[in-house]
Amino acid sequence: MRVALAAALCALAGAAWSAEFKVELEVPRLSVAEYHAPYVAFWVRHDESGAVTPLGLWYDDQEKWLKDLRLWWRRTGRGQSDPYDGLTGATRRPGQHSVDFSELPALADLPEGDYQLVVEAAREVGGREVVRLPFHWPADQAATVDASGDQELGRVRLRTAP
Amino acid sequence: MKVLPFAGAALAALLVLSPAAQAHKRWLLPSHTVVSDTQWITVDTTASNDIFYVDMPFPLDGLSVTGPDGEPAEVDNRLQGHRRSVFDVNLNQQGSYRITLVRPLYVSLYQLDGERQHRRGGSPQELREALPEGAEDVRISEVIGRLETFATVGAPNTKALAPSGKGLELDALTHPNDLYDSEAARFRFLVDGEPLSGLEVEVMPAGTRYRDSQEAWTVTTDDDGEVTLEWPHAGRYYLEANHGDDRVENDQADSRRLQYMATFEVLPL
Repeated sequence: MRVALAAALCALAGAAWSAEFKVELEVPRLSVAEYHAPYVAFWVRHDESGAVTPLGLWYDDQEKWLKDLRLWWRRTGRGQSDPYDGLTGATRRPGQHSVDFSELPALADLPEGDYQLVVEAAREVGGREVVRLPFHWPADQAATVDASGDQELGRVRLRTAP
Repeated sequence: MKVLPFAGAALAALLVLSPAAQAHKRWLLPSHTVVSDTQWITVDTTASNDIFYVDMPFPLDGLSVTGPDGEPAEVDNRLQGHRRSVFDVNLNQQGSYRITLVRPLYVSLYQLDGERQHRRGGSPQELREALPEGAEDVRISEVIGRLETFATVGAPNTKALAPSGKGLELDALTHPNDLYDSEAARFRFLVDGEPLSGLEVEVMPAGTRYRDSQEAWTVTTDDDGEVTLEWPHAGRYYLEANHGDDRVENDQADSRRLQYMATFEVLPL
């Protein structure tokens, strides 16, 4: 899956369109007896139409747990199958992580408007949390939006730029 | 892969903690716990982290049901299904029944080509014979999991509840079929019959599928090995405690891990 993704990104690298869409997020370090890294899904929702565009998914090839990303599952996941839309990869351990969605073709295709970036995390033997970050797209100037989860997600930051 | 050096204490802690840290929760779920006339009840048995929704079955070897007279009670319809094991218990006497499933398991931990490996088996001998060539730092851990739940016809009695004096056990100062949402329960925990202080006991209400957090809480046994549990609401609760030491039952093992997992029903008053 990653190889295919890398190939897709290489193919795109030469494209002229390169508006910035980067997400930084913290997977919190939790003091629990049994810890599994959370499954995390990213998508954007168009405020006006409600249209959903999947951006990515972190999971460990165990489809059994995908339904626990309940909102993602209902909005888009249950209609997909492996390979899932967007940038997929393995779950991440606690710490700061960043994902660059800038080269994702689905973003380039979005009509102008107001959107929300939705980040959902679900952890086995743990909790589930959804964080939403509003943004305008395409960006007419560099912008940063921050939001924070309470339990399963730490600070989430979205950087957009033309 | 980088090999991290383990000090003796860290290795011992890992040995004690790691088998269960990766295991699923296991539980017995009785259809009824407090009844007013004699009847059959049915009990689901499963390894599932989703409290209380069945996920995976396991063998019913090691099941014992003790009746109000202290004698084995009638069990019927043992079945290992695709998602749970199940059995029925005949509550044909007045008083309290203890339903217990104890199955010792052995785990070998070793280093092979710089990586930590573990394997499960039925005995230390079997595990030693199954060790791959070149295995180093071999430790055999005895894992004794005790699953329990309780049911009562009429007034509770305590004959079936008497601790055996072996392993990690509940000494129920409050009767486990006399739990109400407006009342605190007092439980004592014993290891080999002796109260154990400093034991962490985790408690979790049913219904994890329908909420975003586990809502579990942990209490620690006091100097007398006792905890007080305040139930946030009526319903079923999962309780788990783990303790590690080297007082092995099978002297071919290097250490033992004791687990106690119980299901309680708290009624509204």
